[in-house]
Amino acid sequence: MAETTGAANGAEAAHGEGGGLVFHPMDQFIVKPLFGSAGDPVGWLTVTNVTLWIALAVLCVIALMVLGTSGRGIVPGRVQSVAELAYGFVYKMVEDVSGRDGVKYFPYIMTLFMFIVFANFLGLIPMAFTTTSHFAVTVVLALAVFLTVTALGFIKHGTKFLQLFWVSSAPLALRPVLAVIEVISYFVRPVSHSIRLAGNLMAGHAVIKVFAGFAAIAAVSPLSVVAITAMYGLEILVAFIQAYVFTILTCVYLKDALHPHH
Amino acid sequence: MATEPIDAEMAGACVGPNGSAIGMPQLCADWVGNQVVWLVLALVAIYFVLDRVALPRIQAILAERQGTITSDLAKAEELKAEADEAEKAYEKALADARVEAQKIADETRAEIRGQVEEAQAKADAEIAAKTAESEKQIAEIRASALSNVEVVAKDTAEALVAALGLSADKAALDAAVDKRIEG
Repeated sequence: MAETTGAANGAEAAHGEGGGLVFHPMDQFIVKPLFGSAGDPVGWLTVTNVTLWIALAVLCVIALMVLGTSGRGIVPGRVQSVAELAYGFVYKMVEDVSGRDGVKYFPYIMTLFMFIVFANFLGLIPMAFTTTSHFAVTVVLALAVFLTVTALGFIKHGTKFLQLFWVSSAPLALRPVLAVIEVISYFVRPVSHSIRLAGNLMAGHAVIKVFAGFAAIAAVSPLSVVAITAMYGLEILVAFIQAYVFTILTCVYLKDALHPHH
Repeated sequence: MATEPIDAEMAGACVGPNGSAIGMPQLCADWVGNQVVWLVLALVAIYFVLDRVALPRIQAILAERQGTITSDLAKAEELKAEADEAEKAYEKALADARVEAQKIADETRAEIRGQVEEAQAKADAEIAAKTAESEKQIAEIRASALSNVEVVAKDTAEALVAALGLSADKAALDAAVDKRIEG
């Protein structure tokens, strides 16, 4: 504790000098109450910056999917086109990856996709808080998928769902070994599923902050601005791709639950 | 240093006294409950909005559009068939008219030919009649000329005989002239 305080004091001292480099790349991820003083504790129902940005994501989803389609135009307007595009994109993904019987679960997957994509893009607004860069958020999302899909597999197929781990196309001697590997990989799924999303976003945002820290050196600052711009472009790509990857993996896991036979 | 532990306690173990993060804020256990609560509320809200309002609406819009496109295509197909039919009818009328015109032309031609032939036959007949009449006249003329020659010959013979100072019987003279002419 004393050590970290000392380091923080050192950083503050460097900041005080004016010319030194100060990096606080992780400060953007701090959860803090919206109302009251900065030091207030964060309880379960405290209205925090997390609340604000999650609520904004919800409002954006509603604005796009509900208000955007309120015209019900046969010839769609701009917003309605985007809403229809999102619908068609996810619907086709579910249909192609999970099969016809996966379409039943389309609203769940659409919920995940819309939330993640809006949370990712809202996080790209300068000074915003990126909710999906927190493991607490992505682990809940991934666990929701993992538990739902596992339960669904057992409800649909009973113990036959365990055939998912028994690779019947492999030689008999190899099957127990493969079964162990399959079980391990099955339980690693929620871990990789959640860390992939949060890790990508956190890394990108932190790197942008580090580049921004270098801007304090006058000679480097043009390069820093260029680097931030390039990184920001990459992050726009990442914001969409990670939402896409999360959604398509959900579809793949759903497919495994619906059709556990290899 | 006496006030700092209080600050740290107030903010939890994740934020340093100067307001910057200690380690990764992602791993701060104090904040997990808050995030989970708000996230779950948000997901439930999004799910209900999408499932109850947005997705059925978009599905209806897409179905309606598909229906409109299908019916428009069917209508276009129908109109095209109608146009084809009209064109066929037009072409048939054109062909009929052409056949009719051909028929009328043929008929007219045949009629005219008949008239011409009739006129020609009539003209031929007239010509033939005129020719026959002329030939008859010529024959008459010729016959009258012959008899005139006979009379002139007899008169001449009588005159010659008289001039020679001879007298001859008129009947014998005529007989001789006749005999000469015939001979």
